[in-house]
Amino acid sequence: MIRVQRLNKQFNGQAVLKDIDLSVEPGEVIAIIGPSGSGKTTFLRCLNLLETPDSGLIQVGDVEIDASRPLKQQGGLIRRLRQQVGFVFQNFNLFPHRTALENVIEGPLVVKKTPPAHAAALGRQLLAKVGLAGKEDAYPRRLSGGQQQRVAIARALAMEPEVILFDEPTSALDPELVGEVLATIRGLAEEKRTMIIVTHEMNFARDVANRVIFFDKGVIVEQNEAKALFANPQHERTRQFLGKILGG
Amino acid sequence: MIAESLQLVADSTPFLLKGAGYTVLLSVGGMFFGLVLGFALALMRLSKIAPLDWLARIYVSFFRGTPLLVQLFVIYFGLPQIGIELDPIPASLIGLSLNMAAYICEILRAAISSIDRGQWEAAASIGMTRTQAMRRAILPQALRTALPPLGNSFISLVKDTALAATIQVPELFRQAQLITARTFEVFTMYLAVAVIYWILCSVLAHFQHRMEARVNRHDQEPQR
Repeated sequence: MIRVQRLNKQFNGQAVLKDIDLSVEPGEVIAIIGPSGSGKTTFLRCLNLLETPDSGLIQVGDVEIDASRPLKQQGGLIRRLRQQVGFVFQNFNLFPHRTALENVIEGPLVVKKTPPAHAAALGRQLLAKVGLAGKEDAYPRRLSGGQQQRVAIARALAMEPEVILFDEPTSALDPELVGEVLATIRGLAEEKRTMIIVTHEMNFARDVANRVIFFDKGVIVEQNEAKALFANPQHERTRQFLGKILGG
Repeated sequence: MIAESLQLVADSTPFLLKGAGYTVLLSVGGMFFGLVLGFALALMRLSKIAPLDWLARIYVSFFRGTPLLVQLFVIYFGLPQIGIELDPIPASLIGLSLNMAAYICEILRAAISSIDRGQWEAAASIGMTRTQAMRRAILPQALRTALPPLGNSFISLVKDTALAATIQVPELFRQAQLITARTFEVFTMYLAVAVIYWILCSVLAHFQHRMEARVNRHDQEPQR
C-alpha cells in the first residue's frame, strides 16, 4: 500500500536521507525511532512531500510520485497523495481562527467538497471518537495541548486517509498530557489503521507498533518486529541508542 | 461675534457637505483600489519569481519615497504633456490609490509572512492548493495582524485627500478655501473643516475597533 524506493534528500549538500526503501502493508503500525538529526522526521515529511526529496519513488495506494522529476509538474498528483495521507504535526498546527469542529471539517468542506451538513456530522462523530464531544465550538487557544493534538488527529481522520503519519505527536506536550494522546493513537491501532509514527516514546513503540525502524545518519540501520527489536537489537548502533534511552 | 460665526458655518453647510462628500468618495475609492492593487503587489513581493518581486519593490520604493503632492502634480499637470488628460477627480483618485497601494502592499506582505509556516503545511497536508490555503488559512489570520495598520493608513488617507484641493478637486478643504476667499472668515471656516475631518476620522476609528474585536473573537471565551 505504501512503497518507498531509493529516497534521497540533501540539505545544503549534506545527505540526510540515503537510498531509503520501505514497504508498509495495510493495517501495519510502524514506529520510527532514532537519535535527533538521524533523518526520521525528514523522511516522514518527504512521504507527503512537505519536504522535497531529491530523488526516489513514493507510492501510496494508486498515486505514484517520482521525486527525480520536477515536482511542480506533479502538483495535482501531490494533492491527491496528500488526501490519502493524514499528517499529525509535533506542534499540532491547528487553524487558530477556527473552532475545533471547523478545524476537523475544513478538509472535507474545502478539498472534498462534502456538503456542510454531512461534514458537520462527520466532524462531531470524529471529535467524539477522540474524546472531545462537547468541545466542538471551542477555539484551539482554549484547549490544552493534549486536546489540541486530539483535534489534529480528528482533522487528519476526517479526510479518511489510507495512512496517517505522526511526527513526534507527544514531544510538545506537558508530561501529564502525553497519555491521552497516546491512548487515542493506540485506539486507532486497534482499528487496524495504517500508521507511521516517529516517536521518542519507546514503551509506546514497543507496545503499539508491529514493526520498529531504527534510523541513524540518514539510513535505516535496523528494522524488526517491535518486541524483537527492543529485546534483541542486532546492530551495535541500535544497542547504543537503546542503551542510552532506556538506561539499560 | 459667535452668533455671526455660527451663522456663517450654517450658511456654508451645503458647500461643506458637498465637499465632505468628495472627501469620502476619494477616501473610500482610494482605500478600495489601494487594497486591490496593494494585495496584488504583496503577492508579487511574496512570489518566487524574482522579476515580479523586484517590480513590486521598485513600485513601493518610488511611491513611498516621493511626496504624494508631487505624485498628484505629475498625474494632473504632467501627464497632459504626453497626451493623457485627466479630470481632477479621476486624477486625484488614481494618485491616492497608487500611493495607498504602496503602503498597503507592505502591510499585507508583512502580515502574510508573519503567519507560521506550520499553517501552510497544515493546509497542504489536507490536500489544499496554495490558493485555498491562502484564502482559508493564511489570509484570515494575516488580516487580524494587518487591521490596525490598515486602519491607520485609512485614517491618514482621509486627511491626505486634502491635497487634492491643489489640483482643483472640490473636496472639503477646497470648499473652505473658496468660502474664505469670499468671506475672509478664515479662523471659523478652517476650524469647522478641521472638526469635520475629525468627525470623519473618529467614525473610521470606531469601525476599525469593531472590526478588530470581530477578527479577534477566537481569543475570547467560546459562546455557549
